[in-house]
Amino acid sequence: MEFALSEEQELLVDSVSKMLSSSCNVDELRSQASGEKTFSNKINKEFLEMGLNGLLVPEKLGGSGLGILEASLIAEQIGKFAAPAIWVGNSVMTPICLNNDENKDLAEEWLPRIADGSCTSGVAINEYISKREDNGLTIDNGKISGISIFAIDSETNPDIVITAIQDELYLVETANEKIEISNLPTIDSTRVMSEIVFHSCDAHKINGGKDLIEKIIDAGRVVLSADLLGASQNMLDKAVEYSLERKQFNRIIGSFQAVKHMCAEMAADLEPCRSLVWYASYAQSNIPKEAHLTACHAKAHLSEVAHDIARTATQVHGGMGFTDLLGLHYWFKRIGLTRQILGGPEIVRKEAAVSQGF
Amino acid sequence: MDLKPSAEYIEFRKEVKSFLKDNLNMAGKARNPARPNKNELEWQDKLIKNGYAARTIPKDYGGYGAEPDVLKSRIIAEEFTNAQIPLGMANQGISMFVPTLLELGTEEQKKSWIEKTIKGEVIWCQGYSEPGSGSDLASLQTKAVDDGDDFIINGQKIWTSSAQFSDMMFCLVRTEPDAPKHKGISYILIDMKTPGIDVRPLMTMTGHAEFNEVFFTDVRVPKSNIVGNRGEGWFVANATLTHERGMLGDPNQASTRLKEIIDLMQNETINGDKLIDNPVHLDRLMRLQARVMSMSFNSLRSLTASHKGLDAKMAKLIVKLNGCQLNHDLAGFAIDLLGELGTIYGKSNHDHDSGKWQWRYMFDLGLIIGGGTAQIQKNIISEIGLGMPREPKPMQEGKK
Repeated sequence: MEFALSEEQELLVDSVSKMLSSSCNVDELRSQASGEKTFSNKINKEFLEMGLNGLLVPEKLGGSGLGILEASLIAEQIGKFAAPAIWVGNSVMTPICLNNDENKDLAEEWLPRIADGSCTSGVAINEYISKREDNGLTIDNGKISGISIFAIDSETNPDIVITAIQDELYLVETANEKIEISNLPTIDSTRVMSEIVFHSCDAHKINGGKDLIEKIIDAGRVVLSADLLGASQNMLDKAVEYSLERKQFNRIIGSFQAVKHMCAEMAADLEPCRSLVWYASYAQSNIPKEAHLTACHAKAHLSEVAHDIARTATQVHGGMGFTDLLGLHYWFKRIGLTRQILGGPEIVRKEAAVSQGF
Repeated sequence: MDLKPSAEYIEFRKEVKSFLKDNLNMAGKARNPARPNKNELEWQDKLIKNGYAARTIPKDYGGYGAEPDVLKSRIIAEEFTNAQIPLGMANQGISMFVPTLLELGTEEQKKSWIEKTIKGEVIWCQGYSEPGSGSDLASLQTKAVDDGDDFIINGQKIWTSSAQFSDMMFCLVRTEPDAPKHKGISYILIDMKTPGIDVRPLMTMTGHAEFNEVFFTDVRVPKSNIVGNRGEGWFVANATLTHERGMLGDPNQASTRLKEIIDLMQNETINGDKLIDNPVHLDRLMRLQARVMSMSFNSLRSLTASHKGLDAKMAKLIVKLNGCQLNHDLAGFAIDLLGELGTIYGKSNHDHDSGKWQWRYMFDLGLIIGGGTAQIQKNIISEIGLGMPREPKPMQEGKK
């Protein structure tokens, strides 16, 4: 029994962290926020150079064949830097969706291209979890129509979009189809959520049904919980750092117990979250009977803890935290968005209860 | 990450299981109370001989003499718990005093006390806190005045659990009144039958006396009973305080409580509907389940670190704070589930839980305060874990 990261995993974290610390600072986030809403080309180029897009693609299809724990470790770094990078839809949910015996042809066609970056994949699955307004997709004679909102990794006009209708998954090649993609103006400018309108688009059925849909949603939730972990850890670290610089009443504010205890509470809430994220990530590939429950708990619990930390860390920064000057709000908002996608805490906790027969 | 046990541990688990199966009869008679009877002493002896108690205590001092292996210790704990058989004794003498003596005692002290303590023949209580010295423990005032070969002790201790039936106390006393507060303390062993010791039960909010106050009036203790050097008692005691914090906030207890709560929700009804079918209650249950899970995984992570001889750092520092709060919150939830019936705390036809959740809810508040208050824990987390500075000391009165 070894509940710890391996040396290879530590090295992976280290190299991604180094890359992001040089290419993703607050200025990059700012230019991202003020410009057209697309993922940062600079960061995505670095991701490709490091071969990260193919992390979950099997080696024989040009990837590195690693697991969800590694995907979560990278997501934690992405969250830590609030990096405008495609990840959970393109590099996690898509490979898991296609990399199985039942979908060999689709996997051989698309996964090598995901790995080498010549193709990107969006995931439009929101209505499967939470159907709002009159949105939703229908399929008629193999053609998909309708609206899906909060599609993930879809703003760079993805080559393919994966979606779910009732209990089946479909893959739509966007090239020759009538498909409209627009970006939703959410609070979070470090990532883009899209609205996709399908007009009678040809669709390939992906085999796997409900079980596979749940599997990719679980994977997505776990990896988003890792993003929340990284974002929260960064907000806590920044709060401590600021408290050791800022002086009032001739003392650094980090010497006041009121401030120390706020930081201690954040740390005490966050530390067990790291173990939950690791365990849930490990369970996805290694403990199938615990995969769904731990994914639900990771997503819901991290959403709650991250929410509290986003508020408290901002408060430790005082007025400066409220301004745009430090850019702390990018993480505050990233946490705010992540909390809601692929199911907000109440929705996910209900699933956790149902899965236990309650 | 590899959560599959290796062959060595699979084999070890089998051994433990078969030991428990073979000895079920004998185990059934042992209930592991604070003061063991003949059956329990025999059971403890058997556990030690087989390496399921006092496992890492050297053979010379009556232990089993195994190399420390946290994974094996955990397997033992899990299998005993699953079989609902009491683990080896874990009183303050065994958990706190023996490790201290092993580290800092003289050979003679080790020979005199360790074997009797681990076998349950000598029961110890801890004399640290005083009415005026709680969080600021080092300000303690119980005096030990030098008198030839002895000290004469006067003062008062509080929160002394088990004092009413203990044979001995490991105690902090002030031997050097003129030294700075941390340097004037000695760690001394006191025979509870010495004339001048008065143990009075301390009634708490639960309606029970889980603790005592101990008064000392001219109590004569030989100087040879000091552990470590005279005046260095603070450092001797700190070797054991870390052991205590590890004991409080154990995540296994929270897991057990969560199971009890699920049972309760499946059996209790309100307006004819099972509590487990109420979505508001279920949401609260799921929130707590996520916290219990997180703490269990956190303990696996700490376990791996200590198995490798590494410091688990933050994962370890938060256990007392989080674990005690979690247990308290679980008890509070159980009371809310029972609603008005959850307030019954005495004999009644309407009693559903023998008052256990109310008792736990109150007693756990005591544990949040005791063993280093939640506020002291937050100081430790922020100072040791996050590198924040100590609160500056206020200007001393009378000093310029």
